[in-house]
Amino acid sequence: MEITVTVNGRTRTRDVEPRLLLVHLLRDELRLTGTHWGCDTSNCGACAVWLDGVPVKSCTVLAVMADGHEIRTVEGLEGPHGLDQIQISFVQCHGLQCGFCTPGMLMTARWLLDRVPDPTDEQIREAISGQTCRCTGYENIVRAIRHAAAAERDAAERGAR
Amino acid sequence: MQLPAHFEYQRARSVEHALALLSRHGPEARLIAGGHSLIPMMKLRLAQPELLIDINEVPELGGIEITEDEIRIGALVRHTQLLDCAEVGRSAPMLHDAERVIADPLVRNRGTVGGSVCQADPSEDLSGAFSALRAVADIAGPAGERTVPMRGFFHGPYQTAVGPDELLLRLRVPLPAPGLRTGSAYRKVSRRAGDWAVGAAGAAVTLAPDGTVAEVGIGLTALGAREFVATEAEDLLRGQRPTPEAIDAAGRAAAQHCEPVADQRGPVEYKRHLAGELTRRVLRDALARAGGR
Ligand SMILES: Cc1cc2nc3c(=O)[nH]c(=O)nc-3n(C[C@H](O)[C@H](O)[C@H](O)COP(=O)(O)OP(=O)(O)OC[C@H]3O[C@@H](n4cnc5c(N)ncnc54)[C@H](O)[C@@H]3O)c2cc1C
Ligand code: FES
Ligand code: FES
Repeated sequence: MEITVTVNGRTRTRDVEPRLLLVHLLRDELRLTGTHWGCDTSNCGACAVWLDGVPVKSCTVLAVMADGHEIRTVEGLEGPHGLDQIQISFVQCHGLQCGFCTPGMLMTARWLLDRVPDPTDEQIREAISGQTCRCTGYENIVRAIRHAAAAERDAAERGAR
Repeated sequence: MQLPAHFEYQRARSVEHALALLSRHGPEARLIAGGHSLIPMMKLRLAQPELLIDINEVPELGGIEITEDEIRIGALVRHTQLLDCAEVGRSAPMLHDAERVIADPLVRNRGTVGGSVCQADPSEDLSGAFSALRAVADIAGPAGERTVPMRGFFHGPYQTAVGPDELLLRLRVPLPAPGLRTGSAYRKVSRRAGDWAVGAAGAAVTLAPDGTVAEVGIGLTALGAREFVATEAEDLLRGQRPTPEAIDAAGRAAAQHCEPVADQRGPVEYKRHLAGELTRRVLRDALARAGGR
């Protein structure tokens, strides 16, 4: 079946089997291997990407269901002026160890900060509760998200002045 | 790597189109909404439909509408949408209590209200919540539309009143007459954040002007209650003053009349204890919200 999906702003057309999962379309067909695949049970969240602006588990979406829709992956986080603040904060706060869970964490964190610019620790933990870090680096992941939130608020204040 | 078996895929443009596809392809066709129950089941080959009919782009199935006497929730409303709707939180706080403990934000961004109740998993949180609230389901089929009360919707694990050639349009939650004090609440015990319930309960209470219980709904999830409700406990409370003793008796009745099964989440005795204790707690929460205590 021929499908057309907009991935990080670029239109991509592929002929796929209906049973192909979105995560495999991204990784195997489009070679966007930043999105990871970590389980068969919809539990780990390593595969999180944005579908029409909200993060979902791409291992539990059929590629054909994304036909005509917009996908944003970790490769689409970086802007014209460099890394997104959330990426910078993960680096600065040691928010990753092996990095396997990181793309999913980044996509969910970006969504959280767009919705809630000043989240409490509880809101941060709730936001990433569908994602597993096998290195158990949760403390630093939460710290990184808090750091990004503060940096963005500072930048917004400077901009407003 | 687990992949579903081969199947065909079609996207429905309207309710009429979905129904036509269902009748044309018979029982081997299956609707897919959020896919968060169906796709995992297809990976495990617990479901092997030959045709998937995608209803995600059927406009009639979306949206939440609140009128004077009811909340109308389209079958395709995502869990996140229900949780984000402040008016739902005010009119039926139990739905927000339940949504907050369903899975995790990513699953809630995709899974739908209609898919949840049509899945009819004994652990589905919304089944207990909508049953407690005495919601009704609007179902469309080849012969037109019909309405089935939630108490009568669940025919057993994974079985509902929705026939193979039918489709759930929306759920409607009745709202008590203005002026009556009313409150509802839901609580769940699970082993870890985002997990399915060991046991859960929801209660909706409406008080008469004299302070007695005009109507009460008690839902139990994952606890082996027939149709997800504790009718014996409801009967004990209706017409009574909601004293601590009456609440205690309702909890005992809920525990006595459910039939939980032992599994990796806990033994029967523990689940029965949960049925009683959670019933008491949600009744107290619902009464507090109704301003009755
Ligand atoms: C990791 C994980 C954890 C979860 N944890 C919980 C939890 O704690 N509590 C909980 O309650 N749920 C939980 N769920 C389930 C979640 O709520 C799902 O969203 C829900 O069960 C199914 O909704 P869906 O839209 O994805 O349905 P689908 O998977 O698309 O469909 C489910 C079934 O309903 C049928 N169907 C769907 N829509 C209609 C319709 N309009 N008319 C007729 N039939 C229809 C389909 O044919 C299918 O048989 C979890 C799911 C996952 C993946
Ligand atoms: S790969 Fe584990 S949730 Fe998607
Ligand atoms: S950094 Fe290794 S899994 Fe999270």
